Amino acid sequence: MADFEVPELKEHIEIPELQEGAMAHSQPFVSKEQWQQPLGYPGELVENWEQAALDKMGDLLGKYRSFQVFLDACVKCGACTDKCHYFLGTADPKNMPVARQDLLRKVYRRYFTFAGKYFPKLVGAVDLNKEVLDEWYSYFHQCSQCRRCSVFCPYGIDTAEISMAAREILDAVGVGQKYCNEIIHKAQTLGNNLGLPQPALKDTLLDLEEEVEEDIGVPVRYPLDEKGADVLLITPSADFFAEPHIDGLIGYGKVFHQLGISWTMSSFASEAANFGMFIGSYENMQRLALRIRKAALELGVKRIVFGECGHAWRVAYSFLNTLAGPFDFLDPNYPVPQHICEVTWDAIQKGQLKLDPSANDHLNVTFHDSCNVARGSRMGNEPGGQFKIPRAILKSVVNNYHDMPRETICESTFCCGGGGGLLTDDLMELRVKGALPRMEALKHVHDNYGVDHLVAICAICKSQFTKVMPYYGFEMDSILSLHQLVGDALVFDQHD
Amino acid sequence: MSIEVNGKTYETDEEGYLANLNDWTPEVGAAMAAADDCELTDAHWEVINFLREYYEEYQIAPAVRVLTKAIGKKLGKDKGNSKYLYQLFPYGPAKQACKYAGLPKPTGCV
Repeated sequence: MADFEVPELKEHIEIPELQEGAMAHSQPFVSKEQWQQPLGYPGELVENWEQAALDKMGDLLGKYRSFQVFLDACVKCGACTDKCHYFLGTADPKNMPVARQDLLRKVYRRYFTFAGKYFPKLVGAVDLNKEVLDEWYSYFHQCSQCRRCSVFCPYGIDTAEISMAAREILDAVGVGQKYCNEIIHKAQTLGNNLGLPQPALKDTLLDLEEEVEEDIGVPVRYPLDEKGADVLLITPSADFFAEPHIDGLIGYGKVFHQLGISWTMSSFASEAANFGMFIGSYENMQRLALRIRKAALELGVKRIVFGECGHAWRVAYSFLNTLAGPFDFLDPNYPVPQHICEVTWDAIQKGQLKLDPSANDHLNVTFHDSCNVARGSRMGNEPGGQFKIPRAILKSVVNNYHDMPRETICESTFCCGGGGGLLTDDLMELRVKGALPRMEALKHVHDNYGVDHLVAICAICKSQFTKVMPYYGFEMDSILSLHQLVGDALVFDQHD
Repeated sequence: MSIEVNGKTYETDEEGYLANLNDWTPEVGAAMAAADDCELTDAHWEVINFLREYYEEYQIAPAVRVLTKAIGKKLGKDKGNSKYLYQLFPYGPAKQACKYAGLPKPTGCV
């Protein structure tokens, strides 16, 4: 099944014996001119790339105070070393967060600090050369920007930001990553990562309406481009295309239907995901975010709600207002933007949704916290809402629920192994190995409580688990969308 | 990268998807499958032909749900599910079947 060794699942997560260079060969396909140029980057490695890279690093140091603090502050305490899922799964010491940061830090010291300029050997500063650049390309594409390490760093150093900066430097010298950049270009020109044009979207949604009505006898609608709707739903395009994502979309529609909320999706902004964040590009992130603003204005909606997508929610919750605000044209009685989980939980608390959890009695589930929701955002009005609300919803719609071990969930959650722009087939070895800690935690609740399904609220997590679970002996369909379970438990009022 | 079929060379991307969609012929599709040690049966061709028809109309591969429903209608309900499609195309119907049908690889969080 694989041309690499799949790690063995252990009883508990173990710190592996170091294997120097174990993943030095891992690197994704390099982007081409056709995707580089439209994003504002050179099509191939520029001639004076050393200077261009240092210029870009200088530019980022000037723009982002955090970036410089993170490069300066590390005291090599080692708290982060065993916190990265890619390190735990690959045993490559360069996948220790501090070592990953040092790949950039050693060049920063050489050119931007007094000690590094005059006494490089004393402070581990090195010249920027092609070998260093290649190592950046390899190892900054072995970080899913999940920020688990930053939770354990006493200085709060955020490796994700360092890895975003590294990728931006790489793009600036013409060495972009194909997967991310092709997708960003598609979303900026066609409206979504998949490149689904309006007629295909329309057709898929009509099909869905037919299917749902056939299934439950209720005419649930999945509207597209309907002016005057109250809610604009922004959801990852995987929700239209892939499984189990589409079952989540079916669930959102059922919730809106039951609540009598008029809603629509937009073909122009048919993507929640914002890969601009993964490559550290403010400009590209903003271009994508502005499509949402434009769609909201054109459709005349009062609220914006986001579907199940991890990093989309981080961008939406933390940056949307800065990127594309102000949203003063929306109804101030609702959060801008709102997460579908907030809509559903709010309705459950008000008794507006009648739920029969026994509809899901054939399942025994646990919840996978997605990194960007867990560590980059919040839900609801109280701290930790992003952990409590999805679990509260889940417990209202199933009877069999067990959490995975505490050190692997909530703010300490382990990445699925495919986040941060790494969900591509050319990184399959990394993805499978990076899923190890999560699979071990799943095995724990499987062996102890009979848990057979993992529930998530992120399109990347869902696709990644579908693909990697079989390597670890789980069925590919043991990953579910939260709103599928909500939809299945929903008891519809019999209107007219 | 490229693939050679009946003495003619066709350009592909790094993952073996045709660079020029108009290059596709059933022979090219079969050769791509053969390179993956996969022999295309009538069941495979049902899927491939549907993908091509859909692509012609919408310029994109169909959603997995659209595909399973269409196959279910054609070949019977027991085959209208992704398990059946994964038996035919173990690397995933969306990706592997698209490749043999000469369609571009679906991108995004899929």
